[in-house]
Amino acid sequence: MGRYLLRRLLQLVPVFIGTTFLIYWLVWSVPGDPFAGKCGDRRCPDSYINFMTEKYQLDQSIWVQYATYMKNLFQGDFGITFNNRAVGDIIATAYPNTLKLAVVALAIEAIIGLSAGVLTGLRRNGFLDNLVLVSTLFLIALPVFVVGFVLQWLLGVKWGIVHPTVSNEMRLSELLLPGFVLGSASMAYVARVARTSIAENRRADYVRTAIAKGLPMRRVVGVHLLRNSLIPVVTLLGTDLGALMGGAIVTEGIFGINGIGRAVLRAIVTKESATVVSIVVVLVLVYLLMNLLVDLLYAALDPRIRYE
Amino acid sequence: MRVSKRASGAIALGAAFALVASGCSSSDGDGGDAATSADGAITVDGTEPENPLVPSNTTETGGGKIIDWMWTGLVEYPNNGGAPQNALAESIDTTDSKVYKIKIKQNTKFHDGTVVKAKNFVDAWNWGAYSPNGAQNSSFFSDIEGFADVNTADPDGPEGPQKAPEPKAKEMSGLKVVDDWNFEVTLSAPTAVFPTKLGYSTFMPLPDAFFAGSAEEFGKKPIGNGPVKFVSWENNVAIKLTRFDDYQLRDKMKIKDVNIKIYQDDTAAYSDLVSGNLDFMQQVPVSALAGDKWKSDLGDRAVSSTTPSTGIIAFPIYDKRFQNPKLRRAISLSINRQEITDKIFFGNRKPADSWANPLTPGATPGNCTACQFNVDEAKKLLAEAGGFTGELVMYYNADASHKEWMEAVAQQIKTNLGINARAEGVPTFAVFRQNINAHKMKGAYRAGWQQDYPDVENWVNPLYVTGGSSNDGLYSNKQVDALAKEASSAPSLDASHAKFAEAVKLIDQDVPSMPIYFGGQQSGHSEKIKKMELSNVGELDITSVEL
Repeated sequence: MGRYLLRRLLQLVPVFIGTTFLIYWLVWSVPGDPFAGKCGDRRCPDSYINFMTEKYQLDQSIWVQYATYMKNLFQGDFGITFNNRAVGDIIATAYPNTLKLAVVALAIEAIIGLSAGVLTGLRRNGFLDNLVLVSTLFLIALPVFVVGFVLQWLLGVKWGIVHPTVSNEMRLSELLLPGFVLGSASMAYVARVARTSIAENRRADYVRTAIAKGLPMRRVVGVHLLRNSLIPVVTLLGTDLGALMGGAIVTEGIFGINGIGRAVLRAIVTKESATVVSIVVVLVLVYLLMNLLVDLLYAALDPRIRYE
Repeated sequence: MRVSKRASGAIALGAAFALVASGCSSSDGDGGDAATSADGAITVDGTEPENPLVPSNTTETGGGKIIDWMWTGLVEYPNNGGAPQNALAESIDTTDSKVYKIKIKQNTKFHDGTVVKAKNFVDAWNWGAYSPNGAQNSSFFSDIEGFADVNTADPDGPEGPQKAPEPKAKEMSGLKVVDDWNFEVTLSAPTAVFPTKLGYSTFMPLPDAFFAGSAEEFGKKPIGNGPVKFVSWENNVAIKLTRFDDYQLRDKMKIKDVNIKIYQDDTAAYSDLVSGNLDFMQQVPVSALAGDKWKSDLGDRAVSSTTPSTGIIAFPIYDKRFQNPKLRRAISLSINRQEITDKIFFGNRKPADSWANPLTPGATPGNCTACQFNVDEAKKLLAEAGGFTGELVMYYNADASHKEWMEAVAQQIKTNLGINARAEGVPTFAVFRQNINAHKMKGAYRAGWQQDYPDVENWVNPLYVTGGSSNDGLYSNKQVDALAKEASSAPSLDASHAKFAEAVKLIDQDVPSMPIYFGGQQSGHSEKIKKMELSNVGELDITSVEL
């Protein structure tokens, strides 16, 4: 187990270097001088463009730029944005916000998705099953921005039940609606995967044995059936945290949340390599660690899986 | 020229849906009395400033409006768009429009408590003009004698390997401090419009603290001399300003705090506005304009205003195909501007019929004869010009909402003249501008102009004079140059305006570009705000706000 963990952690190093370079290169290849459009419909003075180009070392080759960036990164310096703000500060304010939103979304999709999945998996083809089937189909079919705008307008503007946007304090009550919107599509998948998995395992030998043994139904479902059916759901949920964090751009925009989606979109448009790479690097780390966590969870869920 | 940079990709997606949603909301009005109003706070929408907050280094609206609120200059522009009035200046005297004696009001203060003196202006201008400092607005100081000594050009442009030589001097010879309250400005040539320019943010004074540290650090916590002072700036979240109690110029603030909430997406800001969580929004989103939805949403809280800006389509005159003025005139005459403003902008913008925006002092309304809609004349001119072969591509930047009207214009040209015209989007404004700057445009392209200061000079010299800072199409007419030069150096503004009118008549014959629409602005405020006014460029005049 210890060796497995070490091996997995060592694998992170080349992945980390590879992704940072790829992203750096991608942003670098976006066409256009980042300062050409800074002065509106007037041409920027050459002195301004020279000053900025030199300050951000954009006249150097991509290798020099990337090496400088990595050197600073290992010293804990994420670089500065074109308006002279520390990228580290942006990460420090934006990440917790996105993480909060993603965790709320994950909790909502886990709770609602899993309960719907279990209920329908046990009683297939009933009224509830059909209802969940149709409503999940609906959620999967609707793009996030449609769900977001509709719910924001209905609940926030028309009926005034909730605050239409999230305030800077990021209260939990304000995050419920954006969390639901963000998690809605995944929630539908979770429900469907859980349903299939439960329905399949319902016919497994060990379930029949458990029932034959005279165990109460609550225990059969809650311990034996659920635990074995959770593996595909955990895979889905685990990788989803990363996807939710990276995919929150639209939701963050609709609800005015200051998260990484907004920050990274801004930075891509303005070609601020340091900001894009720094934000994505942390996101990559989240992905890698969540994947590792999921793999470790398998062993906890299924005794047949062992890591050497 | 300031340009709004709010990303509008998501808006376009949202627009389709928002058209469906319509309705109105009500929120309770809170009747504030005078006491609470004086300590009141408002929240207004904004975008993240693109640069450190230094006046001579800001050209975009996000940082620009904060600078406009935090500083008061020598002169200021009245909200009605009229001629500028003295603000911090006690008097600006000249006998020949070349040497200006400027006397400032005594004992006004910066936000850090230091007194605003003549040298704060002189030092600030010298800093802005000095090319190694890389200020975006350095060219505004080019009227002043000795500018060439402090601002050197890069011999092969920013892309080339050579570097600009170190300037000979650090200070412009035309600026002289007389004493604490007086300074003298000598220009390299007589310029009647110079006092008008002094209200533009580039000419603001900077405190001693600015010169003690670096400009970047100052830009994180700027110190101005205006009615509000800086409190905090949280990245991408909010900028907070509060009343400066020692302010002695102009009107005092009638409220205490101004919070600028930074939105990435204007539809989120609009939802906040409609539900009463945002007190002022300068421009409601495009999606709310369809079918006048914003008016039914906001009722009497909707504020419609005109801004001194014009939407233009410019010709690349360096391209041989566009060198015949008859062809350019034919294309311009084939555009039905009224239809564009009615159908695409729902009447929120007005069809352009003059070269300078009519709100500008010295502008002549209706002097653009090329802006009429006359298909017969257009066809005749096209035939005289020998027709147009090939495809006429009209370019726009696709990261803002220009697609609809540019396509409509291309369609009209195609229908009315039979030219194979189409509109094409360039992905980002940066790439778009880069191509324009490099004179590589292969067709007509969208341009826009918002005046920097209210005078017709700002609508002629930068745009249509040879070597003008925004004459990107390389239009050149010696007679126009001569008249504009005469106009600029005229002894009085009236004489200057008369000469500019003559120059514009020649421009109207040449049609170097096509004015399409005059800008309009649709703003909204909350029920909390009882009284407010907009500035001459459409920003909220914060000193006018009453709760």
